[in-house]
Amino acid sequence: MTDRLPGFSTLAVHAGAQPDPTTGARATPIYQTTSFVFNDADHAASLFGLQAFGNIYTRIGNPTQAVLEERIAALEGGTAALAVASGHAAQVVVLQQLLMPGDEFIAARKLYGGSINQFTHAFKSFGWNVVWADPDDVASFERAVTPRTKAIFIESIANPAGSITDIEAIAAVARKAGVPLIVDNTLATPYLIRPIDHGADIVVHSLTKFLGGHGNSLGGVIVDAGTFDWSKDNKYPMLSEPRPEYHGIRIQETFGNFAFAIACRVLGLRDLGPAISPFNAFMILTGIETLPLRMAKHCENAKAVAEFLSGHPAVAAVNYSGLAGNPYNNLARKYAPKGAGAVFTFSLKGGYEAGVNLVSNLKLFSHLANVGDTRSLVIHPASTTHSQLDDAAKIKSGAAPDVVRLSIGIEDKEDLIADLEQALTA
Amino acid sequence: MNHDNYDDNYIRGILNGVKSIAMVGASPVNVRPSYFAFKYLAQRGYDMIPVNPGHVGKNLLDKPFVASLADIGRPVDMIDIFRNSSHIMPVVEEALRLDPLPKVIWMQLGARDDAAAAKAEAAGIKVVMNRCPKIEYGRLSSEISWMGVNSRTLSSKRAPMPTQGMRLSLNRTSLGGGETAASDRAAKNKTDPA
Ligand SMILES: Cc1ncc(COP(=O)(O)O)c(C=O)c1O
Repeated sequence: MTDRLPGFSTLAVHAGAQPDPTTGARATPIYQTTSFVFNDADHAASLFGLQAFGNIYTRIGNPTQAVLEERIAALEGGTAALAVASGHAAQVVVLQQLLMPGDEFIAARKLYGGSINQFTHAFKSFGWNVVWADPDDVASFERAVTPRTKAIFIESIANPAGSITDIEAIAAVARKAGVPLIVDNTLATPYLIRPIDHGADIVVHSLTKFLGGHGNSLGGVIVDAGTFDWSKDNKYPMLSEPRPEYHGIRIQETFGNFAFAIACRVLGLRDLGPAISPFNAFMILTGIETLPLRMAKHCENAKAVAEFLSGHPAVAAVNYSGLAGNPYNNLARKYAPKGAGAVFTFSLKGGYEAGVNLVSNLKLFSHLANVGDTRSLVIHPASTTHSQLDDAAKIKSGAAPDVVRLSIGIEDKEDLIADLEQALTA
Repeated sequence: MNHDNYDDNYIRGILNGVKSIAMVGASPVNVRPSYFAFKYLAQRGYDMIPVNPGHVGKNLLDKPFVASLADIGRPVDMIDIFRNSSHIMPVVEEALRLDPLPKVIWMQLGARDDAAAAKAEAAGIKVVMNRCPKIEYGRLSSEISWMGVNSRTLSSKRAPMPTQGMRLSLNRTSLGGGETAASDRAAKNKTDPA
């Protein structure tokens, strides 16, 4: 007899969370503590030697964080997850397990501007070399593969323009190259797209956005799909070779199909240190309980706003893949049938000036550098999130100078449309 | 039995049912996976027997090593084989000469021999391949969730605090039985090297 598979909303509320064993508390407690007592010396040694499951110190793991991790692993269909301090921390920790100095990874050119900066500048000083490819041209990924390629990195729905990436086609390239496919699923969340079902080996998120959903806490997560064989050649020594910091343990041999998540915790988080605070883990966990309700509303509102804008005389173009006629509409129907997300861009006939005016005339939309809040948000990427790119790179990443980005919240859509209407005519 | 994808109830029945486990290939070296699994299962209350001809005369956590299954000298419920796939068949053949027969033969993570499994199953023995009993026990009891692992189970009941020597409840609600779709893909990728 097989138990029934609970639905997504049930998992969003329950996965990973059980009443507290000591107090019976039903909501997940905030374990606001740095450290955990050992039962005895042998218990301490077993925990440090990775022989026993348990808590040691909050830089390595914490019970509130663990509930968040299991919840997201369940929602994404992965074998395990690791929560960290931010989406950017998740990206560093993932690549630290995969790349040695002098190695390369291929990344889609359409990414969050902060990721483009991180890959181009910060990672260069680690000796990790990014090679850019065009997510709209799968062959460009194939051409970018070299013997030093260790991973491929894409966004499922790309920030800022909301374009949809053909995950399965790029997964096929990764598989042929024998490297893992990493998908940043921040803008889609597992409610809209589950990249593992389409061939991803690792999923990362900025929890700061729709998963937390309320614009109150930073966080990031790494999900291990359990699909990649790290030991088939010696390309990934962090996972396949004896680790001197753990008396010669081989991580994959010991932890099987969740070895990558363990490596990220015990070799990445432990030594680099970007731990998530228990309080932030709690806030994000609470946010996730309503993820399905919020995402449905975000998408419904986004579609209505996109339709309104495309009919407005002051608007030159709307890039929302949920609209018929958008170049990504077929991919949106395939990968995100429940909705094309709530982050998109549009451009104004009045160009850069009109964009700047619009932003200052809006009364309900908040002008700030975030997405995925309950509140509707607006920004001009070219002068903010993508400002460090040159003009050509801005255009390639979907942040041309005349483009305005919206992140549509869960207010009443009539009020959002009225605000845009008054700001466009003001 | 579908050895690519076990139903949780199959694994749960085995771990709830067996009391004694002989571990073939148990290592006294405390960084080997077999040592971890041996220690964990002993701490969860199983009667553990280390089998390894290279270490006879020594103890593993106070249990004396024996050279072979025949040397155990008493009935044993489960045989957990910590050997590479190529060394499984002789161990299964040796197990089939025991009287009474073991109820379960378990092959460790990474180990799989379908012909040996078929032989054991023909004799009425349950077989698990390419799994770790420590991981499965930790998953079904949700003890492993402390490591951020997806236990693929749910429970609205208050759990007792695990302590040394205590058996944990494995009877949580499973999310659709065996495996995630992703792990199925991993198994498939292994047999289909395209
Ligand atoms: C798609 C995407 N990935 C990663 C990040 C970085 O996340 P964090 O700000 O949590 O470090 C962001 C933040 O805007 C993002 O939008």
